[in-house]
Amino acid sequence: MPAAQADPAHPDPGPDEGRTVLDARDVSRALTRISHEILERNRGPEGLLLLGIHTRGVPLAKRIAEKIAAVEGTPVGVGALDVTMYRDDLRSHPTRGPQRTEVPATGVDGTVIVLVDDVLFSGRTIRAALDAVSDLGRPAAVRLAVLVDRGHRELPIRADHVGKNLPSARTERVGVRLAEIDGYDEVRISTMEESA
Amino acid sequence: MKHLLSIDDLGVDDIHTIFETAAEMHDVQHRSVKKLPALRGRTVINMFFEDSTRTRSSFEIAGKWLSADVINISGKGSSASKGESLRDTVLTVCAMGVDGLVIRHPASGAARQVSEWVDAVVVNAGDGMHEHPTQALLDAYTLQRRLGSLEGRHVAIVGDLTHSRVFRSNVKCLAKLGAEVTVVAPPTLMPAGVEAWSSAAGFATSYDVDEVLPKADAVMMLRVQRERMSGGYFPSPREYTVGYGLTRERLAMLQPEAPICHPGPMNRGLEIAPEAADAAASVVLDQVSAGVAVRMSVLYHLLAGEESA
Repeated sequence: MPAAQADPAHPDPGPDEGRTVLDARDVSRALTRISHEILERNRGPEGLLLLGIHTRGVPLAKRIAEKIAAVEGTPVGVGALDVTMYRDDLRSHPTRGPQRTEVPATGVDGTVIVLVDDVLFSGRTIRAALDAVSDLGRPAAVRLAVLVDRGHRELPIRADHVGKNLPSARTERVGVRLAEIDGYDEVRISTMEESA
Repeated sequence: MKHLLSIDDLGVDDIHTIFETAAEMHDVQHRSVKKLPALRGRTVINMFFEDSTRTRSSFEIAGKWLSADVINISGKGSSASKGESLRDTVLTVCAMGVDGLVIRHPASGAARQVSEWVDAVVVNAGDGMHEHPTQALLDAYTLQRRLGSLEGRHVAIVGDLTHSRVFRSNVKCLAKLGAEVTVVAPPTLMPAGVEAWSSAAGFATSYDVDEVLPKADAVMMLRVQRERMSGGYFPSPREYTVGYGLTRERLAMLQPEAPICHPGPMNRGLEIAPEAADAAASVVLDQVSAGVAVRMSVLYHLLAGEESA
C-alpha cells in the first residue's frame, strides 16, 4: 500500500546524464533576482507569505525568504504546502503519504502568497496548489515563482517570477538538485532514454 | 494491500506510513475548511450490524472529510432484519457501485468472508471477538503521540480479554511497534492459550493488577462487555471493580504521566472510576479525535490510489 516516493511529475535525469543548465552560482543569482522582483512587485515585504510546494519548492521558499530578509532587514512569512491530496492524477499512481503543510499561526487570510516551486511544466501542480490554498483561507493575492519554466502548459497558468526559461522537448527531462535535499545545487536537462 | 481485515495485513512500515499520514490529517481537523478532495467521486458504505457510536461516526466523518460519499446501513432497519443473508445484503449494496465497504459484524471472520465476495475495498470495523484493526491503530497512534516511540515501552491491557477484539488487535499492533505488553484479567476472562498469542519479547499475562500497574508506561482499560456475557464470569460487578477496576486507589499507583486509554464506551464505576476517566493523564478523548485522523489515513491509502481503480 504505501509507495515509492519518486515524484511522477518530475522524472529526474541521473547525475551523469545530459548537460548542466544552471550551476550553483546561477541558481543563487536567479533566486536573488526573483527575491528583488517579488519585493518590487509587492512594493516591500509587507503581507508577503512565501509558500514552498513540496518537495523542492520548500527549501527554495526558505532561501528566497532569507534573501528578502537580508535586503529589507525584516523577516517575511514562509511556509510549506503539500498538494498530494489535491492532485488530479491521484488515481493513476500508488498512494503517496502527504507531507506537512505549514502556514504561520496567523493564517493566510489577507496575505500575498507567493507559491514557490522548482519546475513549472504542465501547470497541474499549481492548479492543485491553488485549490489547497483556497482550503486554507482567502489570501489577498496569489503569485507564482519558479526556478525553471520549461513550457508545455496544459492549463491556463503562468508564472510571475521565473529564474530561467528553459525551452525543452516533452521527451526531455529536467532535474533540479538542491543542497538541502541532494547535497548540491544544479539544474540539468537530458533526453529521456528509450527505457522510459 | 487491498483490504484492512486484520493487523496481520500490515507490516511495520505500513503502520508508520498510516501514522505519518494520520498526523497530517490531524491538522485538517483544526482547519476551518475540514475537507480534502482525495476521495472525490468515491462511495463508501458503512455497514454496521452491531451498535456503535464512535466507530461509525468517525468512519463517516473520515470519509466525508476526504470528500467521499458516505452511506450508513445498520442491521436494524435494513433488510437484514427481514432475514436477508449477509451475502445478499453485501452483494446488493455492491451492485449499486460501491468502492469501499466498512463493516462491523457480530460474527468473527465476517469481514474476511465479505472481502471474498466483493470487488470493493473492505475495512474491518470489528468482527465478533476477532479483530478491530483501526481501533488498535488509533490506540497505538495516540500512545505514540504521548510517549514518543513505543519501542521497549511497557503497556498494560486490563479487563475482559476473552470478549475483546480490541485487545486482540492491540496485542498484535503493539508487538509490531516494539512495545512490551502485559495483559491482565480475571482467570475467567483470560482467553485459553493466550500465552501463545504473541511471540514478541516482553509479552506476559498476569492475574494481579496491583503488581502490574506501577510498572506500566501506559494503561489500557477494556470495557466489560455485558452484551457478550451470559453470566458467571465474575460474582458481581462490585467484585470485578475491587479486583480489576481502575479505582481511585489504583490511579495513585500509576506513574503520574502514564496515559490511560479506554476504547469506549466506558462503564464508569465498573472498570474505570470517574476520577481515572477524567484524570489529566486520561487520553480517552484524544483517542476519539485520533480515530478520525487514523481512519482518514486508512481510507486514503486504500481508496485514493491506483490499486483500487
